[in-house]
Amino acid sequence: MNDTEATQARPVRVFLVDDHALFRTGAKAELSNATGVVEVIGEAGSVGEAVAGIGHFQPDVVLLDVHMPDGGGAEVLRRVRKSHPDVVFLALSVSDAAEDVIAVIRAGARGYVTKTISARELVDAVVRVHHGDAVFSPRLAGFVLDAFADRPGAAPINDPELDLLTPRERDVLRLLARGYAYKEIAAELFISVKTVETHVSSVLRKTQLSNRYELSRWATDRRLI
Amino acid sequence: MTPGARACDDGIVAVQTDHEGRRPVPDGAPVDDSHRITQRVTSTRRDPRGAGESTPRPTLRRRRSSRVVAGVAGGLADHLKVDVLWVRVVITLLAGVDGLGVVLYAALWAVVPQRPVDVPETVNPRQRTQALGLVVLGFGLVVATTSFGDGWSGRLFFPASVGLIGAFLVWREADETQRRRWAQGARTGVAEVFIGNGGRGAVVRSLTGAALVLTGIIVLLANSLSLARLQFALLSVLVTLVGAAVLTLPWWLRLVRDLDEERRVRIRTEERAEIAAHLHDSVLQTLALIQKQAENDKEVRRLARSQERQLRTWLYGATGYGGSGRATAEPDAQSPPVAGAATSARTLAELISEVCGEVEDTFAIKVQQVVVGDCEVDDRVLAAVWAAREAMVNAAKHAEVGEVSVFVEVEPAQVELFVRDRGKGFDTSAVPGDRHGLADSIHGRMERHGGTVRVRTAPGEGTEVALRLPRTADKR
Repeated sequence: MNDTEATQARPVRVFLVDDHALFRTGAKAELSNATGVVEVIGEAGSVGEAVAGIGHFQPDVVLLDVHMPDGGGAEVLRRVRKSHPDVVFLALSVSDAAEDVIAVIRAGARGYVTKTISARELVDAVVRVHHGDAVFSPRLAGFVLDAFADRPGAAPINDPELDLLTPRERDVLRLLARGYAYKEIAAELFISVKTVETHVSSVLRKTQLSNRYELSRWATDRRLI
Repeated sequence: MTPGARACDDGIVAVQTDHEGRRPVPDGAPVDDSHRITQRVTSTRRDPRGAGESTPRPTLRRRRSSRVVAGVAGGLADHLKVDVLWVRVVITLLAGVDGLGVVLYAALWAVVPQRPVDVPETVNPRQRTQALGLVVLGFGLVVATTSFGDGWSGRLFFPASVGLIGAFLVWREADETQRRRWAQGARTGVAEVFIGNGGRGAVVRSLTGAALVLTGIIVLLANSLSLARLQFALLSVLVTLVGAAVLTLPWWLRLVRDLDEERRVRIRTEERAEIAAHLHDSVLQTLALIQKQAENDKEVRRLARSQERQLRTWLYGATGYGGSGRATAEPDAQSPPVAGAATSARTLAELISEVCGEVEDTFAIKVQQVVVGDCEVDDRVLAAVWAAREAMVNAAKHAEVGEVSVFVEVEPAQVELFVRDRGKGFDTSAVPGDRHGLADSIHGRMERHGGTVRVRTAPGEGTEVALRLPRTADKR
């Protein structure tokens, strides 16, 4: 990434939310290897603590567990996102079930990684979401493709700009799902890395905004709602 | 400890003692650990209540399927370990003594529970014929003794036999209901305990039986009492019954509610026990193995990965614990996809995750799979999956990386499969002619089924094998 100058100036301040103390300890230990790039400034073990802690510390990035008692990550997002629009959320979960991923992305997380991620990749992901990019795992790209797949016989959509992915965005997602890095996608499609990031961000925006049709039908198909 | 509980190591054996009696894997079975765990898991999940019945216990139970009247004689014979014929003869002879055999039989029928469905029973046609003959003989004996006996038993005979036949019908129907409930699991409501879910026939049989019993009683009363007193008696019985019903109504309602509540609690408890058993069989065993192999890095990773995959499938998979298709979960869902016929019913996504898991386990690498869309598996799709599997194996063997990405996209017109690694790559023109993996298993397979293969690779660039298969056979 070409963000090194920016990160050297001030480490990214990270707030950890996870109901397993053991996992928090582990994540803190792993993130502390990247001193100077990221810095863990606080942690919380429940939704209430998280809301209070984020309000108090004003972190740059919140690493958010998806499954917690009383509501989970989506609940934290609902309660904090309005009052702290600058805080960026990166979901970090042991589950890669489609309903969890889509729920937390739709609640406003800027990315989603699973807990099997390596420490280096995690730091990279934190830095990237902090600089405004979206972080997509190949699996997540697959889910989004699945959600937006236009099937034969689908009814016309009222608001195409809002709900449908452009062919270019779909290409980017396909390559992401095939395991390509942003740089490789850029080389493959003859566009710049910045453009790839723009495409990915707009996919994320659409995922959050597509409040009806596709996602609800997708969810109904899988009996999620 | 049964012989099936083989000695993995001391710690595991100590934990396993509470499951003895249901070891499906024979001693020294040549299977690897993950496979063994899977087999045991399916066994515990499929058989939550039969655990206590598989060991022979000296409890008196009526026979279920190989019965003539109600299985009492058979159960008694099994219990006393004598030939069933002797028991039947004795009961028949006793029936001649003022119907004592019949009373005995009825008493045992009422008291002794039926065997559950899980116990296999063999039906012997010869014994059946013999028993039927004995039933007729016993009936004849009862008729003979009561007709030629002194006054009261002769008068008693007709109404008593009508009542007995009615009671027989009702009880037999109750047994059938019980049988169906065993067969379908504990899913019946309170109403079905009484009526059963055998449809209209069951209701008709029960009502006929009840009518016969009532007729028997009325005839008996009519014989012994004069008409006016009979009317009075019937009226008073009716009024008493109605009064009792009204008085005990709250009690009945509570009984129904309690039964429902009890069922809910029991289902929840069973569920919890099932989860505990699953965790014991999967996670705990794997953790124990990991502790033992802590210094073997590769093995630990392999175990953890395969365990994670299994648990994930169990929790989130289509046929998994949290999924809706739980009841139809196939016990052999983990077996490798060998025959085309065996896998034809399943979907591409399941097949891909299975194949990826297999490669993960065999070569101790991580295979990250993403599947977009899904479709049925036919021979052509199966061939494409096998080609993809060969590509994964190639990557695992030659690319010298720890991770392979697999992406499958099902579109209306075609299926695309991509297998990609970031390994060392190779020069396609420099592959010696005696190597058949790429040529036969991938190119050959795909071309035979009308698909195409594109391999993108260069030394140091990694490799991506793209398989494309048009879906002409089955358009959605």
